[in-house]
Amino acid sequence: MKPMLLAFLAIAVIAAAANYGLTEFAGFSAAERTTVGQSVRLD
Amino acid sequence: MNAIRHVLGAFVVCFLATMALAQETPDRGATGGAPTLADIMARQAQQSVDDSARRAETGNPDVAPPLDNVLGTRGGASDPDLWRALRFDSADITTQINGPAAGVLIQDAGMGWLRLREGPLQTYGLWLLGSTVTVLALFLLIRGRIRIDGEKTGRTITRFKALERFGHWLLAGSFILLGLTGLITLFGRKYIIPVFGHDAFSTVAIASKWVHNNVSWAFILALVMIFVFWVAHNLPDRTDIKWLLKGGGIFGGGHPPAKKFNAGQKLIFWSVILLGGSIALSGLALLFPFEVQLFAPTFEKINALGVPGWFGQPALATILTPHEEMQYAQLWHAIVGMVLTAIILAHIYIGSVGMEGAYDAMGSGEVEEQWAREHHSLWVDELKARKARTGKEGAKA
Repeated sequence: MKPMLLAFLAIAVIAAAANYGLTEFAGFSAAERTTVGQSVRLD
Repeated sequence: MNAIRHVLGAFVVCFLATMALAQETPDRGATGGAPTLADIMARQAQQSVDDSARRAETGNPDVAPPLDNVLGTRGGASDPDLWRALRFDSADITTQINGPAAGVLIQDAGMGWLRLREGPLQTYGLWLLGSTVTVLALFLLIRGRIRIDGEKTGRTITRFKALERFGHWLLAGSFILLGLTGLITLFGRKYIIPVFGHDAFSTVAIASKWVHNNVSWAFILALVMIFVFWVAHNLPDRTDIKWLLKGGGIFGGGHPPAKKFNAGQKLIFWSVILLGGSIALSGLALLFPFEVQLFAPTFEKINALGVPGWFGQPALATILTPHEEMQYAQLWHAIVGMVLTAIILAHIYIGSVGMEGAYDAMGSGEVEEQWAREHHSLWVDELKARKARTGKEGAKA
């Protein structure tokens, strides 16, 4: 039971860390990548 | 191995055949090479049209009439030539926007992609998931729960260590979150907006996107973990053939011998590794737009093997715009994701309500010795032999 709860906690930690790392730390934004001008709209 | 390659090839081509229907080379003599009414109708019906002649007709400055000629000022290319070059993405243009896809001014594959995404992808996806749940429910009704046949011993055997269970639940938890948020993203416009409205769906969609993008890293990490933990136990061997020939003993007929993982579990393991790996790869292509080119190189390899010819199909396009790469990545991601979801539904079923004692393996990590003897007899024998050799405890009272 403990490994399961720890795993679920780890999912939340990894997700928060990934978001911070990509957006805050590396400054990456997928939205910006796909909206640099009208030609890159997909729908 | 060859058989697997052929099956995979067939799957890929069948999928791609929906994107590019059989091409024809019509007689365009009546229009002097320009599109005919049949071409226009075919394009409107999202069918593929042989436009190679028009693609090539984009002017040639090298054969331009000299300046002293009455047509010399044209420079070898007319306005229609330029528009054709823009239309077929061969014009030498410069844009102010420095985006990876900004140089593509016209890209008409998007409509075909959108129709596939909103039509067959959703329809067949729902059928796949719905029929899987129905079949499992019927199976439970007909076969009932698979019970431990023999008398319980009261002793347990350690089946999975804490770190293995952590890896499993990291994968399971992230996959469920990714599956749910993926389904919301795919089906939300059609099924959630009509019921809850645009405002409510907007919040749900933004949250789903955040969860899907960021939880994906936990899934990738867990995929690597379980591969390292269990690959050695999941290599196919002779016992798998016997297990499969007996259908795993699901419909009676005793329990075929199995090592730590039986053939059914090995199929699940390799499905998760291969399909999960493919989902992760196409997911990365979607997460980092226009950075990863997966499909053009893959299509080149498929063409080199001659796979499209086996099905009477023309060679696959190997020059794709960045947008088309993204469109293929989205379709592939969704299709493989739903196939893996169907497989995992069966795994969840047999690991919970479908079989007595199975959940303990991933719950506490300790399984009833009688359960282990019935479902993994060779593994229990191995543990007993090891215990006899080393004196190390394998079973607990």
